[in-house]
Amino acid sequence: MILILAAAFLAVFAEAAFQLPRHLFGAQVDLLPALMIYAALNTNVATVSLLAVAGGLWFDALSANPLGVSILPLFAVGFPICLRRDLILRELPFAQIVLGAAASAAVPVLGVLLLLTGGQEPLLGWGSLWQWLVMIAGGAAATPVIFALFDWCHHSLGYQPQTETSFRPDREIRRGRK
Amino acid sequence: MLKRKHYLALGAVTLVTALVLSLPSRAVSHLKLGIGGLFLPLFGAANAARQLPDRAAYALLTRSELLKEIETLQNENQRLKVQNSQAAATARENDQLRALVGWQRQQPWKLKLASVVLRDPANWWRTIQIDLGKRDGLVENLPVLTSDGLVGRVSSVGYTRSQVVLIGDPRCRVSARVVNPAHDMGVISPGEPLENSLVNLVYLSGNANLKSGQEVVTSGEGGIFPAGIPIGLIAENARPVESGISAETRVKLSANLGALDQVWVLFQ
Repeated sequence: MILILAAAFLAVFAEAAFQLPRHLFGAQVDLLPALMIYAALNTNVATVSLLAVAGGLWFDALSANPLGVSILPLFAVGFPICLRRDLILRELPFAQIVLGAAASAAVPVLGVLLLLTGGQEPLLGWGSLWQWLVMIAGGAAATPVIFALFDWCHHSLGYQPQTETSFRPDREIRRGRK
Repeated sequence: MLKRKHYLALGAVTLVTALVLSLPSRAVSHLKLGIGGLFLPLFGAANAARQLPDRAAYALLTRSELLKEIETLQNENQRLKVQNSQAAATARENDQLRALVGWQRQQPWKLKLASVVLRDPANWWRTIQIDLGKRDGLVENLPVLTSDGLVGRVSSVGYTRSQVVLIGDPRCRVSARVVNPAHDMGVISPGEPLENSLVNLVYLSGNANLKSGQEVVTSGEGGIFPAGIPIGLIAENARPVESGISAETRVKLSANLGALDQVWVLFQ
């Protein structure tokens, strides 16, 4: 859980501090939906909730969004996946990409709908469609990378499962003369 | 099938969201700046990382190149000193003439340099955060500019940093005047999300005769931006809207909003 929250914190900071995707493609890629997919498929509902609340608040604190408006879109994506994760082939990169794309498509749309419902006037136009596509593509590409990174972290930092040997001393055949 | 823990999570997230969204705006502003403050250590690290290539490049410069650069800067300094003394003489003359006519003396602009620490991570807002705050005397709605032209206005102020809403954001509308014989007036409003350097100039009079290349400056109306700050240049001829009652056009911004490293905050 701590690792996921730390990753969310760094992801939000990176989105605000580094502008390469914005300069190259005209839009910033949001990594929180991809992280939410990982959390929903590999952790429990408490982590999903905490990621939605903390990630949403961090994102809104650095943005001009009203504080708290990004929590519900993240949770709305993570919660159903967490409930139905037994039906998803989470190990397959293709499944990760599709889920990452779907989450990256849904989160900004839900966020903008909430903003419009709240009487805000976000900057929208035909160019927003391109920005949405960039966010979907970026999120889809980031999701398997995030899975691979967390797998590597667990492999490096976690305890390795102890492999059982077939050797049993009580069944040892004693050879030779007494 | 939902279990008890799922209901609990759903309820908790909904409650937190409703609670935060219903807070009064002042509390939200403080909370936002408090949460944003968690990122302060990372701002320093990111700035240092950004400056690293520049420092490395300086370290690799040869002595002759440095001497040449010093000479260029000294020449430019001399030229600016002469221009400054001419400007001071003109300002004195202007003050004397204003005193003769009985006009109020215009206060000189006080500027404070700020570094841009980050940009809005959301694609539907155009804001930046700068490293000046209440401790530096900043208040809301101060104009922000570069040497090229207007950038935006301060929208919220924290103790050590502030948010600046950029020109082209829906929350930063500027009353503008075209530098032409008719002094056509209009309002700068947002352009397309992908066009960082183009904004719309709307509510122009229906018979406005605009040509591309004409300069657009702040009009001084509205009480936030003083008159005469360059905004940009007219990018295309005016097109009539609302059956010719009014007209609108597009303006190419003078300041490059996509590459802001340092900005000036204007204290009036």
